[in-house]
Amino acid sequence: MEQAAAPLTFAEAGRTASGRRRPRRLLLAAAAAGPLLVVLPLGEMLLEAARVDPAQLLRLLWRPLVGELLLNTIGLLVAATASAALIGTAAAWLVERTELPGRRFFAVAAAVPLAIPPFISSYAWLSLSPALEGFAGAWIVITSSYYPLVYLPVAASLRGIDPAIEETARSLGEGAAGAFFRAVLPQLRPALLGGILLVALNVLVEFGAFALLRFRTFTTELYAEYRTGFDRPAEAVLALVLLFFCLLCLIAEIRVRGRASYARIGAGVRRPITPLALGRARPAVFAGFVALIFATLGLPLGMILYWLTRHGAAAVSPAAVSASALLEATLSSVGLGLGGAALTVILALPLGLLAARYQGSLVTLFERAAFLGQGVPGIVVALALITITIRTVRPLYQTAATLVVAYAILFLPLALVSVRAAFMQAERRLEEVGHSLGLGWPGVAWRIALPLAAPGLGAAAALVFVSIVTELTATLLLAPIGTNTLAVQVWADTSTLAFAAAAPYAATMVVISLLATWLLARRFGATRLFQR
Amino acid sequence: MPFPFEPDGGIGRRPLLALMPSALAACLAVPGQANAAAPLTLYSGQHPQMVGLLTKLFTKETGIPVRVHSGEGPEIANQILAEGTRSPADVFFTENSPELVLLDEKGLLAPVDPATVAKIPRRFSAVDGHWVGVLARESALAYNPSLIEGSALPGSLLDLARSQWKGKVAIAPTDADFLPLVDAVAALKGEAAALAWLKGLRRNAALYDDDEGVVAAVNRGAVATGIINSYYWGRLGTEVGFAKMKSRIHYFRPGDVGGLINVSGAAVLKSSRHPADAQHFLAFLVSRPAQKMLARSDIDFEYPLARGVAANPALKPFSELDPPNISVAALGDDRLAARLLREAGLI
Repeated sequence: MEQAAAPLTFAEAGRTASGRRRPRRLLLAAAAAGPLLVVLPLGEMLLEAARVDPAQLLRLLWRPLVGELLLNTIGLLVAATASAALIGTAAAWLVERTELPGRRFFAVAAAVPLAIPPFISSYAWLSLSPALEGFAGAWIVITSSYYPLVYLPVAASLRGIDPAIEETARSLGEGAAGAFFRAVLPQLRPALLGGILLVALNVLVEFGAFALLRFRTFTTELYAEYRTGFDRPAEAVLALVLLFFCLLCLIAEIRVRGRASYARIGAGVRRPITPLALGRARPAVFAGFVALIFATLGLPLGMILYWLTRHGAAAVSPAAVSASALLEATLSSVGLGLGGAALTVILALPLGLLAARYQGSLVTLFERAAFLGQGVPGIVVALALITITIRTVRPLYQTAATLVVAYAILFLPLALVSVRAAFMQAERRLEEVGHSLGLGWPGVAWRIALPLAAPGLGAAAALVFVSIVTELTATLLLAPIGTNTLAVQVWADTSTLAFAAAAPYAATMVVISLLATWLLARRFGATRLFQR
Repeated sequence: MPFPFEPDGGIGRRPLLALMPSALAACLAVPGQANAAAPLTLYSGQHPQMVGLLTKLFTKETGIPVRVHSGEGPEIANQILAEGTRSPADVFFTENSPELVLLDEKGLLAPVDPATVAKIPRRFSAVDGHWVGVLARESALAYNPSLIEGSALPGSLLDLARSQWKGKVAIAPTDADFLPLVDAVAALKGEAAALAWLKGLRRNAALYDDDEGVVAAVNRGAVATGIINSYYWGRLGTEVGFAKMKSRIHYFRPGDVGGLINVSGAAVLKSSRHPADAQHFLAFLVSRPAQKMLARSDIDFEYPLARGVAANPALKPFSELDPPNISVAALGDDRLAARLLREAGLI
C-alpha cells in the first residue's frame, strides 16, 4: 500500500534494488536489542542442558517426579481451559446476545479479574478455606483469573459477526441453542481457540498461585530445586520440559492469530442484533452472572478487606506491619515498575516502528523472537539471569538493573503490541512533511513520530507497569538485597500463613493495579487493553 | 501516574521521553541503597519475622544498619558457594547446622570470636570454632487426634515408611529442616537404610513445600500426621490461637532419630569486608537481651542456647528432650541428604 515514489523518512537509509525502502542500520540494530535479550535466558538454559551428559539427561527426564508433574500439569491444563472456555464463552454470549439485566456492568466486570494477579486470588481462597490446597484450588484460581482471556476475544468476535447469519439460522427453524452451536460457534472458533491457548500458556508459566496452593507443577519444582541448592542438570531438564510446552502453546497461538479472520462479505453497516429474550430463565441467568462476579472479584477483594480488619485481633500474624514498611515496599514496587516500563518501552520502540513499517524475514524474525518472551516462565528467566550475572557480568549481580532487564524480557511482547499499533496509526506523511521542511532525521523522530505515537506508547508503558507491580516470580528471585516489594512481602507472609500481615501489601498492590487498569480502560477502551 | 501526557499527544510535548530518565533514576535509587554508616549484609535462612526483630534491636543498640537477604538455608549456602570469595555477605545465619558445615568445609568461614563461642555449650557449635550455635529446635510428629488414636502413633521416625502409614503422613522434603533429618538417619542407620526409608515415605506421604504447610494440613485434618519441627506447631498456634488448635505434638521414643535437635547457627564469612561489625553481630545473637527477646516473643519457638535463658513456656523444657546421640559434625553438610532425596524421587 506504500508507494515506492514516496520520499524517505527518518527511519530509512535508502532503497533496495527493487525499490523498497530500506530501514536505517541504526534502527535495525536498536530493534535487535529486545529480541536478543529475550533469547539470552533461553540460550543459557539450552547451554546448561547441553552440558548434561545424555545418560544423566535421560535419567533425569524419565524419573517418577517428571511423570507426576506432567500429570498434574496436563490435568490442570485440560480442566482449566475447559472451564475457562465454557464460562468465558457463555458470559460473552449472554452479554452480547441477550437482554441480560446489567449487561454493561457485566461487560466491564468480566474483564477486571485480569488486573488481580492469581497469587493474590489464591491467597484469598486459601485463607477462606485451607481445604482448597491442591488441584481444586488451582482449578478455581486459574479459571476465575483467566476466563476473561476467553471472554474478551469471544465477546469482540461476537460483536463483529454479521447478525444475518444467526437470523438466517433462526429463520430456517433453529432455536437459540441450535443457532448458537451451528451458526455462531464455528465463527467464534479462532477467538475461542486463541483464548484457550492463552489460558494454557498462563497455566504453564504460573508459579506463585500454585506454590501457595501447594500444587506441584514444573515451575514450583524448579523453585524447589533452587531452594535445595543449585542442581544445574536437574534444573535445566525441568526447565526444558516446561519450555517445550510453553513454546508449543505459543506457536499454536501465533498460528491461530494469523488465521483469525473469518470471511464476511464487505464490512457492511454495523447493525445491532435484536437481543434475545431470556424469558423464564432470566432470574437464574442473572443470579449465575452475579455469582460469577462474586467468585472472581467479590471474594478476592472481600477476603483482603476481611484480613485488613483482622489486624491486631486474635488472628493477628506475627509480623507487625508498620506504615514505613508498607511505604517502603510500595515505593520499591512503583520504582521498579517505572524503571521496567521505561526500559521495556525503549526496547519496544525501534522494534515496533520496524514491525509497523517494514516487511522482510529479518523483521519477522525479530518480532517472533520478541514474542517468545510471552512463553518463557518468569522462573526460567530469573534462574538464567542469576547464572549469567554471577558468572559473567558480576557487577550486575543482585542489582535492580538485572531485575529490570528480567521485566523487559517478560513484558516486551505486551509493550510491542501497543507500540506497533501506535506506529501503524501514526500518519507517515506527516513525517515526510517534516523532512521536506528541513528537519533532520533526529528532529523528525523526536518532534513528529514520537509525539504522534505517544498515546500508544503510554498505554504500553502503563500495561507493563501494572504487570511489573503484580509480578512475583522474577522479583522474588532477583530483588536486590534489602529490597522488599509488595509482591515479595505478600509472598513471605502468605507462605508462612500470616494472612493478616499480608493484607495491607495485597490491598495496596490491588489498588494500584485496579487504578492503573481503570485509567487505561477509560482512555483506550477495555478490549484494546487486553490484546496480549 | 501512568499518564503523564495529554490524550492528543500533541507535537512538542515529548511527554514520554521526559518521563523516562526520572523513571530510571527512581528505579535505580529506590532499592537497597544504604545510608551513611556501612551496612552489615546478613544472609539469612531464618524466618524473616524473627530476623526483623533481631536486626531492629541490633541497629538500635549499635547504630549499624543491617541489609537482609532471606531464603532457604541450602539455597543461600549454595548461593554463597557460587559467589565465592566475592560474596557480599558478611554474616550467614541459618536454621540448621549442615549449611554452615558445608561452607566451613569449603574454607569460607572465619573463626568466631572465642568470647562469643564461650557463651554457648560447646556441643552446639563447630569444633573448629568457625560457627556458633544460637538457637535449637527439635523434630517431632504433629498429629490430629480426630484422625488417629494417640496409642497408634509410631515409636520411631523410621516406622513411618511402613505400609500401614500409606496416606497418613505428610512431609516437606524441600524444607531446609527436613534435610538434617535425612542426614541423621543416614549417619545413624547407614545410607541404604536411609534410602529405603525415603522410598517408603515417597509411597506413603503427602508432599508439602514447607513445614508450615505440613502442620496446617494436619491441623485442619487433611492428613493424620506430619513430620515437622515442633516450632511450626507453635507458630500455627500463635496464628489461629492455641485454644483452637486441633492438632497435637507427638514425641518419638527417647533417643529415636526422629527427636533430632537442629541447631540454628551463625558464622562470619572470611570474605566479609566488615569483620568487626560481623563479629559484633554474632556476639549480639548469643547475648542475653537478644536471646531473651526471642524466647519471650510469640513468633519464635526455638530454645535459646545461651546459658541461663529460659525457653518459651509453650515448649517442652529443653532438659526433658531426649534427642538421638549425634554431633553436629556427624550430621554432615546436607549434600548426602539432597542426593538421597533425589534418588528416592522426593525432589
